[in-house]
Amino acid sequence: MHIVDGALSGLVLASGAALAAGGVAYGLKKLDYDHLPQVGVLSAAFFVASYIHLPVGFSSVHLILNGLIGLALGWAAFPALLVALVLQAVFFGFGGFLVLGVNTFNIALPAVLMFYLCRHGITAASPKIAGIWGAVGGAGAVALTTFMVAGSLALSGEAFWLAAKATLIAHIPVMLVEGFVTAAAVLLIRKVKPEFLNISEDWQDA
Amino acid sequence: MPQFLEHSGTSWKGQRLKHAQSPIDRIDPRVRVIVAFLFALVVVSSSRFSVLLAGLGTALLLAGLAHLNFKRTLRRVVAMDMFMIFLVIMLPFTTPGEALFTLAGIPASTEGMMHAFQIALKANAVVLCLLSLVGTMSATTLGHALARLHVPDKLVHLLLFTVRYLDVIGQEYKRMRRAMQARAFVLRSDRHTWCSIGYLVGMLLVRSLERSERIADAMKCRGYNGRFYLLDEMVLTRPDFVFIPLCTLVLGALTGLSFI
Repeated sequence: MHIVDGALSGLVLASGAALAAGGVAYGLKKLDYDHLPQVGVLSAAFFVASYIHLPVGFSSVHLILNGLIGLALGWAAFPALLVALVLQAVFFGFGGFLVLGVNTFNIALPAVLMFYLCRHGITAASPKIAGIWGAVGGAGAVALTTFMVAGSLALSGEAFWLAAKATLIAHIPVMLVEGFVTAAAVLLIRKVKPEFLNISEDWQDA
Repeated sequence: MPQFLEHSGTSWKGQRLKHAQSPIDRIDPRVRVIVAFLFALVVVSSSRFSVLLAGLGTALLLAGLAHLNFKRTLRRVVAMDMFMIFLVIMLPFTTPGEALFTLAGIPASTEGMMHAFQIALKANAVVLCLLSLVGTMSATTLGHALARLHVPDKLVHLLLFTVRYLDVIGQEYKRMRRAMQARAFVLRSDRHTWCSIGYLVGMLLVRSLERSERIADAMKCRGYNGRFYLLDEMVLTRPDFVFIPLCTLVLGALTGLSFI
């Protein structure tokens, strides 16, 4: 899902950076100092989880989990994902420097949208309905991110249209896997620590 | 994807990763972050091959100066290249222009070829520069440098927290995976695998959350009131006064070259 430096046009880079900065600023405003350790540790957990490679057919995909990040963190997903992307770029050489804004925005905005779309669904009384909403959150976030990545490419030049379309198709299996994984994770959290999904709402509204 | 190309964040070694001492280590972290940023800006905004080649040369020089571990760096750069190859490989065929050669009846244009090479050069130059200037400092130092550069407090705290607990959570993850392996769990592409991994992720989050509560309590007990005190003073020293003019010169030359 990372775009590398050099591919996107200046305009896309600049607007991505501006939008990401806005999102991060809002996320930081909502995040109080008491919850910093919580978001920091969860962000580390997501960093670790996002490197789980799963076999799909002959190839393998790695989880992105931005749907689950959104459900767990709400707007704090923006700073948490920025931190993760900075660490990946600087210490693993994954992604680039100037595209950090675009990458953050492309991954974090779907996370926040899924938070608003699914946060009531996953607290539904019936586990089946909650699971379905979890799957919608997981698959939806990846689908949106893919569309945004494809859009960033397409906006940067017509020559990228084919690459953008290929990105969309290549990520269909990822959406499927993410849907199942997120649904299972949501169901487990509901059973083991039901206050988890409410805790984050508590301080979101505060 | 071959196993050795997979980035594995679960083996995040962060602060423990050894690298050879180098002259780069003596340069102020703030200067390194800023120079890496300016370098990326200059290289990405240029579209002349002379500049891009010179940029890649500079990045290689920096990598040599930083004594980067050759194998590790190669693995990372190759991984990134594998990642963008799908993006780049289609460009010659989708860009209209003079045909260079045809493959399966589709003409590949010279312009598209040039564009593809440009992207490859830019991406590699930026990543090499980033790895050698910023990737060689410890993550904590990076956090402090960012704080000194007036990046918002909370963001820096978040970075420091994440870095501190990456290793701990990574260990936790490995422990749980080992427990699954002991019960004969094998990754396959079926629903059972996905659900089991989902439970694994969910449990990892629950444990992390509980851990973070204990951490927060322990910190409050020691008087945490919402800020970290950065005790190290970053001052420019003699190596910086050599490095800064040198970088200004190189960056200036690169910028100048793109206008000639």
